[in-house]
Amino acid sequence: MSTADFLRRLPGSSWDVQRQDTFWSRIHIDLPLLVLLLALTGFGLVVLYSAGGADIHYIKRQAVFFAVGYCVMFTIAQFNLSFLERWCWLLYVAGVGLLAAVLVVGVGAKGAQRWLDLGGFRFQPSEILKLAMPLTISMYLSRRMLPPRFKHIFFTLVLVIIPSVLILKQPDLGTSLLIAMSGLIVLFLSGLPWRYIISALGLVLASAWPAWHFVLHDYQRTRILTLLNPEADKLGAGWNIIQSKTAIGSGGITGKGWLNGTQSQLDFLPESHTDFIIAVLAEEFGLEGVLCLLGLYILVLTRGVMIAATSQKTFGRLLAGSITFTLFVYIFVNIGMVSGLLPVVGVPLPFVSYGGTSLLTLMMGFGLLMAVATQRRKEP
Amino acid sequence: MAKQATQKIRAQAVPVLVPKWRFYVTAVVLLGLVAALASHLIRLQILPGEERGFEFLQSQGAARTLRSEPVLGYRGAITDRNGEPLAVSTPLLSIEVNPKILYQHPETWADLATASDYSYSELKSKLERYKDKLYMSLRPRLPPDEAQKILDLKIPGVYSQQEFLRFYPSAEISAHLVGFTDFDDHGLEGLELAYDNHLSGESGWRHVEKDLKQQVIREVGLIKPASAGKELQLSIDLRLQYFAYKELKAAVIENNARSGSAIVLDSKTGEVLALVNQPSFNPNDRSEVESDEIRNRALVDPFEPGSTMKPFSIMAAMEKGVVNINSVIDTNPGYLHVGGKTFLDPVNYGIMDLTKIITKSSQVGTTKIALKTGPQPIRDMYYRVGLGQSPGTGFPGETLGQLPQYDRWPKVTIANYGFGYGFTASVLQLAQAYNVIANDGIKKPVSLLKVQEEPVGERVISEKIARDMKAMLATVTKKGGTGSRAELENYLTAGKSGTAHLIGKNGYDDDRYRALFAGFAPLDDPRVVVITVISEPKSGKYFGGEVAAPVFGKITEAALRILDVPPSKSAQLHARSENRSDKGGFSS
Repeated sequence: MSTADFLRRLPGSSWDVQRQDTFWSRIHIDLPLLVLLLALTGFGLVVLYSAGGADIHYIKRQAVFFAVGYCVMFTIAQFNLSFLERWCWLLYVAGVGLLAAVLVVGVGAKGAQRWLDLGGFRFQPSEILKLAMPLTISMYLSRRMLPPRFKHIFFTLVLVIIPSVLILKQPDLGTSLLIAMSGLIVLFLSGLPWRYIISALGLVLASAWPAWHFVLHDYQRTRILTLLNPEADKLGAGWNIIQSKTAIGSGGITGKGWLNGTQSQLDFLPESHTDFIIAVLAEEFGLEGVLCLLGLYILVLTRGVMIAATSQKTFGRLLAGSITFTLFVYIFVNIGMVSGLLPVVGVPLPFVSYGGTSLLTLMMGFGLLMAVATQRRKEP
Repeated sequence: MAKQATQKIRAQAVPVLVPKWRFYVTAVVLLGLVAALASHLIRLQILPGEERGFEFLQSQGAARTLRSEPVLGYRGAITDRNGEPLAVSTPLLSIEVNPKILYQHPETWADLATASDYSYSELKSKLERYKDKLYMSLRPRLPPDEAQKILDLKIPGVYSQQEFLRFYPSAEISAHLVGFTDFDDHGLEGLELAYDNHLSGESGWRHVEKDLKQQVIREVGLIKPASAGKELQLSIDLRLQYFAYKELKAAVIENNARSGSAIVLDSKTGEVLALVNQPSFNPNDRSEVESDEIRNRALVDPFEPGSTMKPFSIMAAMEKGVVNINSVIDTNPGYLHVGGKTFLDPVNYGIMDLTKIITKSSQVGTTKIALKTGPQPIRDMYYRVGLGQSPGTGFPGETLGQLPQYDRWPKVTIANYGFGYGFTASVLQLAQAYNVIANDGIKKPVSLLKVQEEPVGERVISEKIARDMKAMLATVTKKGGTGSRAELENYLTAGKSGTAHLIGKNGYDDDRYRALFAGFAPLDDPRVVVITVISEPKSGKYFGGEVAAPVFGKITEAALRILDVPPSKSAQLHARSENRSDKGGFSS
């Protein structure tokens, strides 16, 4: 416990007085974060209009998703953190149960079985885990003595591995890794001793060869090989990366102008309004546009880290950290994939890619972040 | 109470033990990742010159969407000597389809069918047939505004191709001369074919952006503009061409003939002022055209010219000194046996002078002179006036005719040569030959294109002999001559009729003829040479003087009027002093 923490917890200390009750904090909204999110939303809609072939249809739907998303965020932000801490395991259990159900009765698309069909409404249970995992692991570890001991680390790993394996079975390697990551980040933030970290890294490296040969599916191997040499199969597996790199590269510094990208507007770019939308941005707005977006993301990250670091509860701190960093991993994986640094995994670009479900999950995450930001430790 | 207090204390006592530095470390690591990402993007987007750098990727992007497309050039127009259009090009758009793409968008078929005048089921079945192909013609050659209506639907796989439609305003009037083009706008017949390179525009290239569905998104730029083809100005005068066509057609119908040709030559320049044939065709709609109608008979059909050659064999004799204009030939008893053949005149003309032999077209007289002259001078004369040689118009399939040379000449062959059998020529060659007489022995090149200045020509016959022959030919169109129906009210004409037997399966047929008249006017300073040919007249009359001479007269008069030639005074006098007579002795 640092001196600052100690001082902060002293009743009536100046630390508390500094935090004044404002209108925004009363309604549990972190204003800087909200402004940043709204900026991202606007930016995303502009790019999406172009990526969707200048079709207002996508914009209308996406705007509705955003509206619902902000409502959900606002609602979640009102939740009492203690309440969440207490009941989040239910969400985890439900998520794992649904994931198991997907493997049995799920419906698929493109060779993967990821959806549950709830009477016309398709639903991806792995989305639940994107929130349930940070919540549950944060809850579990915050109630233990920190830094965690081996027993707790072991249980944490079990909690992480169960849903990850279920998602891997769908198969969806990308989501599985990202969800595992969101749990493991909590473990790291909670003060995981370095010896564990180093030995884990060693283990990962050692298992790389057997994993390549026995665990990965053919399509996953193809993706990795494609990344290393996209030219090998220009019309097949390499198509996506070649097209997106071409789009990004041909944007240059200033880009070709809004709605003027040839790669994206002329249907050469696959999934241009969903996962590969950053290529549209890069082609039409150039490097300036890309750096602008990255700048906004970095501001969101900074704000998230500030919220986490100033949170007065372990649970809140871990949760905010996990949500913030996971968001960043998503952004990194998406841009890395589209620009040819990482293998192709189906990860949308937060706030910009078209899609309702992922946006909803994202806004729920920000709702939690807002809750952490505006709820100080209840006075006893 | 104590328990509550303990809980309270415990709740307070659970400290926030999570070290902040881990957050900062994580944040810094993530920022490092972002920096790596940014540097990668920067490398992709702005580092020049690097392999697979942005320049490479930009060219890759361009390579995917930029296409070069040919831009068709206008085909040059063909006009008559006064600039009246004979063949013009209008731009059209053909609607084409990539069936592989269209087949995947069945929801668009209904709209497309409506817009392109198909029934839905027709379009569907056509697409079924073509679904594995990459090309299907939907609506060829539409006016641009109609085609645009279809293109505006922006249906995937539907695009347009620029084409030009060749239109012939004078249709059948000048069809044989002008010819026509094929579907790709290249000359296929006639002068369209002969001057294809001259008329064809050179295709240019333009850069266009196309999407994956091969639809042109926008034009980026013109690499090379299409250059329009050059115009071609023909020597014909459309007014005269029209008149000649009308008269020839009327004569062919009146005489129930199989075919006919007429040529009007400007005797000064050698330009063809009119060239018409029957039967003709409409080049704008060739769906029911037969190959027989397409042939430009006047230029490509060789035939035996018959008696129209007598003036030339007699000039050969005059040149050799066998006869002169005052010579007298005894044609008694009106027939002559040569090598087992008998040549006879319609009546026994008795003793005649050279002029009368021409006037009456005496077979016996011509044969006697030809036999005395011998074959070589006659053949030489024919050759000098253009027979057996290319007229040099460049018209596709232009015939040279045949002017056979023999080691030993049977007498009957010499006789035949003398009055126009045993060799062949085209109508144009005949016109050129008569132009030599009209020009007092100077041969002028003939041309289907307008010439800038009068050609000098070359002397092939002495002026004296040519003038003598001109005078003799003038008697043909007067009362008592075989061509009296070629006489004109206001102009003096000169000419020669011919009635040639046609060759059938067993030698010359007795009942199939070709009626000819060749001549020029006005007599004192000829301006036009006119040849008329009517083949296989079947309504009783068949003599050249009866069938072809009237057409000659009408066309010649029209030609002189169009050329603004003042009427000959002597002709007026002649017309006043003598009643025109239709009665004259006709002879082959």
